[in-house]
Amino acid sequence: MANTGAPTSTIFRRPKQSSSWTDWLTTVDHKKIGIMYGYSAFFFFVLGGIEALILRLQLAGPDGSVLEAAEYNAMFTMHGTTMVFLFVMPIGAAFFNYMLPLLIGARDVAFPRMNALSFWIFIFGGIFLYSSFLFGTTGPPAGGNLPGGATDASWLGSTINGGWFMYQPNAGPRFSTGTVLDYGSIGLQILGLSSLIASVNFIATVFNMRAKGMKLLRMPVFAWMTTVVAFLLLFSLPIIAVALFMVTFDRQLGTLFFDTFQGGDAILWQHLFWLFGHPEVYILILPAMGIVSEVLPVFSRKPLFGYPAVVFAGAAIGFLGFGVWAHHMFSSGITPVAQAAFGLATMTIAVPTGIKIFNWLGTMWMGKIKFTTPMLFSLGFVALFVVGGLSGVTHSIVPADWQQTDTYYIVAHFHYVLFGGAIFGIFAGLYYWFPKLTGRMMSEKLGKVHFWLMFIGMNLTFGPMHWLGLQGMVRRTWKYPEEYNFGTWNMVVTVGAYIIALSIAVFMVNWIKSKRKGVPSGMDPWDARTIEWSIPNPTPEWNFGVNPEVQGLDDWWHRKYDDDEEGRPVRKADADAVIAQFHEQGVNPPAPIHLPSPSYFPFIAGLSFLAIGYGVIYHTRGWGLPLLIFGVVLLLSSLIGWSLEPIEEEHEEVHA
Amino acid sequence: MSDIAHDEQVHETTGIETRKLAMWIFLSSEFMFFGALISNYLLFKGRPGFPEPYPSEVFDIPFTSVSSFVLLMSSLTMVLADHALHKDDQRSTRTWLVATALLGMVFLAGQVFEFAGFVTEEVPMKLSTNPAASAFFTLTGFHGMHVLVGVIMLLTLVGVSFRKGKLSTATGLNLESVALYWHFVDIIWIVIFTIVYLIK
Repeated sequence: MANTGAPTSTIFRRPKQSSSWTDWLTTVDHKKIGIMYGYSAFFFFVLGGIEALILRLQLAGPDGSVLEAAEYNAMFTMHGTTMVFLFVMPIGAAFFNYMLPLLIGARDVAFPRMNALSFWIFIFGGIFLYSSFLFGTTGPPAGGNLPGGATDASWLGSTINGGWFMYQPNAGPRFSTGTVLDYGSIGLQILGLSSLIASVNFIATVFNMRAKGMKLLRMPVFAWMTTVVAFLLLFSLPIIAVALFMVTFDRQLGTLFFDTFQGGDAILWQHLFWLFGHPEVYILILPAMGIVSEVLPVFSRKPLFGYPAVVFAGAAIGFLGFGVWAHHMFSSGITPVAQAAFGLATMTIAVPTGIKIFNWLGTMWMGKIKFTTPMLFSLGFVALFVVGGLSGVTHSIVPADWQQTDTYYIVAHFHYVLFGGAIFGIFAGLYYWFPKLTGRMMSEKLGKVHFWLMFIGMNLTFGPMHWLGLQGMVRRTWKYPEEYNFGTWNMVVTVGAYIIALSIAVFMVNWIKSKRKGVPSGMDPWDARTIEWSIPNPTPEWNFGVNPEVQGLDDWWHRKYDDDEEGRPVRKADADAVIAQFHEQGVNPPAPIHLPSPSYFPFIAGLSFLAIGYGVIYHTRGWGLPLLIFGVVLLLSSLIGWSLEPIEEEHEEVHA
Repeated sequence: MSDIAHDEQVHETTGIETRKLAMWIFLSSEFMFFGALISNYLLFKGRPGFPEPYPSEVFDIPFTSVSSFVLLMSSLTMVLADHALHKDDQRSTRTWLVATALLGMVFLAGQVFEFAGFVTEEVPMKLSTNPAASAFFTLTGFHGMHVLVGVIMLLTLVGVSFRKGKLSTATGLNLESVALYWHFVDIIWIVIFTIVYLIK
C-alpha cells in the first residue's frame, strides 16, 4: 500500500493516538480496554449491590413493607442479572484483557479492534438493560393482576422481573405483557454477543500469540483458565442465543415455542437455559481460580503444587460442566434415570474441584507465607469456596435437593461459591495486579480492614441462609409472616449485607487514595514468578520492550533464583542486575515498535446495537421499524468500513 | 472482520493464519447454534395434536432439491475463487466471487419463494400455526440469514478488489476466512436438508 502520508481511511479520518477522551472511545489497546471493562463492571457491581441492599431492607423483619411484590421481583431479577452478566463476567473480561497478553508475552490480543467491539457491545448492552427502568412497562398476565394484586407497578418495579433465568411461560407474552422482558431477552442477547466475540479473540490469542518458548504447559494458570472460560463461552453462548431468540420470537412474532396453551414446551426452556447456565457458573468461577493460582505461589514463595494437575482439573471442570445442567431441574419432573445420571455427574465434578483445593493447600504447605492483602483474599477464597462447594455436593443427592430447591439454602450455596469464591478471587487479583496498572501499591492497612470486614460480613450474610433455608424459608418471596420465626436470623443477614457494603466503601477509598498517592511500587514489588512482572510498572504502552523468550514455567522467578540442594530458593547474585536490565529495555525499547492504530468503527458498531434493540422492541410502533433498519444499516456499514480499513497506518510509531 | 496486532517479530504459534484460526473457532460455536435449532425442530416435528399443517406436509422436495444443488455448486465456485487467488489471478478470482454470491442469492430467492408458498397455501403454515412450524421457520430462517451475511461478505470482497485493484491480505476481511464460512453454511444446509426435509 502506498504511503501517501494522509490516512487511507474510508468514512472518517482515522483517529490518531492521543491522550484525550476520544482516545478512550477509539482505543484498541488491550490495557485501556481492560481498564474500561474494570471500571464499568465495578459501576454495575455497585448498582447490583444497592439492589441487594434494598432487598435486604425488605427482608430484615417479618412482613416487610419497603417494597411492593412487583418491585421485589424486579429487584431480585436485576440484582442477579447485574451481578452475573454485568459484573462478574465483564470484570473477568477486564482481567483477561489486561493480563492475558502480558502473561503469555504478547504485544496485544489477536484482534485489537474486535476486542474494542466486545467492550462497546457490552457497554451498550448494559445501558440497554438498565434503560428498562426508564422505558420498560410491567404488564399483568392476560386477565389478571400483578403479583400482590397490584394493577400498576412503580418505576422501581418496571424493570426486568422474570428472574435472571426467565422461566417460561411466565416470562412469555401471555403472562408478562409489558415490555420489560423484551428488554431482558434482547439485552442478554446483546451481552452474549459481546462475550462470544471476546471468546473467539482470546482463544486465537492464546493459540497464536504466545511468546517464543511459551509452550501451552508453561502458561501461567490464569492464562489457562482464561482459555477454558473462552471455550465454555464459545460452546454455551450459542445455546442461550437460540433460547433467547425463541423467547424474543414468541414475544414479538407470535411463535409458539414456550406457549404451553398451544403445544409449546416449558421444560425445553429450562433445558436450553441450564445447558448454558451451568457452564456459565464455571465461566464465573474459573477466572477467580486462575487468579488464586497465581497469587498463592507468589506469597508462599513456592511453585504451584502440581501445576499440570491444576491445569487439567480446570479443563476437566470445563468438560464436565456441560454434563450436569439438569441438576437445576430435579423438581421439574424429569425421569428418575435422568435424575440419577445428573446426580452422579454432579458428584463427579466435585473431584477436579477437590484436586484444585488440595493443590492450593499443597502450595502453601511448608511455604514461607506472607499475609499480604491479595494473599488474605486468596485464603478467603479457598476457605469460603470449600463451604460453597460442599453445600453444592449436597444438591447432587436428589431427595435432599427436592427439599432444598427454591429455599434460601440454595441462595446460601451459590453466594458462598460466587461471592466467597468469585468475588474474593477478583479482589485478590485487583490488589495483586494494582501495581501493574498504576505503578503504585494499594494500602495494606486499608486492604486488611477491607478483607476482614468483607469476610465477616459475607459469613454473617450468607451463613444464616443455610439454616433459614432448611427451616423452609423460600426464595423469591417478598415477605414472610412473623409466626415462622425467621425474623432474628434475617436481621443478622441484613446487618451482614450492610457490613459488606461498608467493606466495599473501604475498598473504594483505598483504590482512589492509592491511585493518587500510593507508595511507588518499582519493578516486581511482590518478588513474583511470572513474566508480566518482568516489565516496568505501570505497563508501558508497548508491553514488552523486547519480545520475551521463555525458558520454562515461572520464567521470571528462575531468572532471579536458583534452587539449593534441598530445593530452597537462593537468590542469584546478578538478580538485581537482571531486574535493572529488564526495566531499562522496558522503558526504552531498543527497536521501533508498531502498534495497531485506533479506530472509530468498534464504537459505532457497538452503538448500532442500541438502535437494533429498541427497534426490535418497538417495531410495531411508527418509529420502531425505521430505527431497526437504521441500526442494521449502521452496523453493516461500520463493519464494511472496518474491513476496508488497514490494520495500522503506515509508520505511526509509538516509540522510536 | 479482523485485524492482527502484528509487528515484524510476531509469529503465529500454531502456524495457522490467525484470521483463519479465528474463523475455525467461531464456526465451532456455530455448530452449537445450529445444533440447538435442529434439536428444537426434532423435538416438535412429530408431536401429535398440533393444528395442521405440519411442516412435512407442505414441503416441495423437488424444488428444494434444486435450490440445495444451487447452494452446493456455490461451494465449488468458492473453491475456484480461492484457487485463482492462490495463482494470483485477480480477474478470475473476482469472477468466481461474483458467481458464488449470485448462486447464494438464487438460493435465497428460492427460500423466499418457498416460504411465500407455505404461507399462501389453502391451509397456510405460518410462524404461529404450531410450534413445529415455528421451529421450522426459525431454523431455516437463521440458515438463510447466514447465507445473506455470506453474500454481503462476498460482495464486500468484490468491492475491495475493485477499490484496491487487487485483493490483498492487509485488510481485515480475507478471502480464505470467507471461504471457510461459506463452506460451513453449505455443510449445515446439507444437514438441515437431510434431517428436516428428507427424513420422514
